Amino acid sequence: MPDQPERPLPIFPEPDTEPFWSATAGHRLTYQVCRVCGQVVFHPRRHCTGCTSTDLEWRDSAGLATLYTFTVIRQNGQPFFRARIPYVVGLVDLDEGFRMLAEIAAEPDSLHVDGRVCLTWEDHAGLSIPIFVPGP
Amino acid sequence: MMAAPAAAIAGIHEFEKRVAGGLSPLQIKAECAARALEDAGLTWSDVDAIYDAGEAGRYQGLTIAEYFGITPRVVDTTAVGGSSYEFQAAHAARDIAAGKASVALLTYGSTAHSQSRAIGTGARFPAEAQPAANMERPYGLTLIGNYALVARRHMAQYGTTPGQLAEISVITRRHAMRNPQAVAGLADIGFSSVREITTGDVLGSRLIADPLHLLECCIVSDGGGAVVIVSRAVAAGLRKRPAWILGTGEAVGYPAAAADLTTTAAARSGPEAFGQAGVRPDEMDIAMIYDSFTITVLAILEDLGFAKKGEGGPYVSGCRLAFDRPGGPALNTDGGGLSSNHPGMRGIFLLIEATRQLRGESTSQVPGARLAVAHGNGGQLGTRHAAATIVLGTE
Repeated sequence: MPDQPERPLPIFPEPDTEPFWSATAGHRLTYQVCRVCGQVVFHPRRHCTGCTSTDLEWRDSAGLATLYTFTVIRQNGQPFFRARIPYVVGLVDLDEGFRMLAEIAAEPDSLHVDGRVCLTWEDHAGLSIPIFVPGP
Repeated sequence: MMAAPAAAIAGIHEFEKRVAGGLSPLQIKAECAARALEDAGLTWSDVDAIYDAGEAGRYQGLTIAEYFGITPRVVDTTAVGGSSYEFQAAHAARDIAAGKASVALLTYGSTAHSQSRAIGTGARFPAEAQPAANMERPYGLTLIGNYALVARRHMAQYGTTPGQLAEISVITRRHAMRNPQAVAGLADIGFSSVREITTGDVLGSRLIADPLHLLECCIVSDGGGAVVIVSRAVAAGLRKRPAWILGTGEAVGYPAAAADLTTTAAARSGPEAFGQAGVRPDEMDIAMIYDSFTITVLAILEDLGFAKKGEGGPYVSGCRLAFDRPGGPALNTDGGGLSSNHPGMRGIFLLIEATRQLRGESTSQVPGARLAVAHGNGGQLGTRHAAATIVLGTE
């Protein structure tokens, strides 16, 4: 059987984002909050972007979000994505106050800007990929 | 009263072909540099400051002076994608005003077309681990898709229509058809039909990343160019009319919670540049706006103050920005990245065409053009991008 192309995954070692991806193995979507000034920090990193603290705590997101914008990708030369066309990628605003890029697993016509989406997972060895679907 | 500008664009050259025929990017850079120096009436030994985005090799800041055979006192390797040349022009003007340089050379060379580089639809991530890329790599967002995120939000937030975005492609092609190098180039890179287009043609072309259609995307060409920026003392002895650098502004934009994706870094670089120049956007005769995609132009026109935020769609309608229409600046009169020249980093051509207009040398000349704005946008508008605005004038 021919090899199926695989989804590109994050590259390690990468100390800022490794804790985030480790948590996904347990289906936890995590983000950071500064213990000093309360700033929500995303993407993950070691320092606070709101003040000069490096005292950040990890929190779990409930995975409920609003779809800020999206596109339907209809051309991509990368083998995994070429086989997946058309697919939807969007920016989602999590209720906890951070925005992330993600795939939206849905018929494009069923989606609209500012619609509600929620988190599901696609499992891989050692980590899972956050994917959003319409709802709840 | 504004201080007299200290630096001017005195020499320009755009590589004439869109398929380089076996030349390397370095050879294109050197050819363009030589022609731009000739255009200014200068030679290699006059150059004392060099600006290089590193597109033709790593550590080019170390090697390009040797390749050209010059001895610079200033080396600037600002590399922020397609807007690198607007940043570099700002830095050159500053370095000249500070007395550190008198003849600055900016060059660009690329063989993106000959290498079949899938700029818009290929992988856009670095091979090494980086935090932001690590969060985005799994999702297959192409470069075009990245800009499409902005277009979709703009449409949802303000009611902007696909037809309004398409107007930008129509105007740009109209200008390209008046530019013999653009016409030849479109045929050379494989366009089967080189002609003016309608909004119907644009909307009838296939969707690449909704809502952006094929004819809303820049072409992929080979090419290059060079710009020579000189001090007031040097400009006084030259034969071509200088294009004075009246004001500059630089900014970057990146993803943030609750950020308005429809507002680009131009909203910060623009006011700074116009403020320094002491002129208003509505005084511009020429608007050279980085047209990687239609939405790039629409959002930037708003952010520079040509239209209110959200009103860019009606503003660009009815061919308002054609070179021979009143009511707005002439947009991308060389044919732009959409229809003339986009080898990957188009910023240098914005400076070149703005200068042609101020000299009276454009193929879509605005009679008596006195003021021009060149705005570069590098990176990717939907995530992280670098913007610089240069205001140019005949004095």
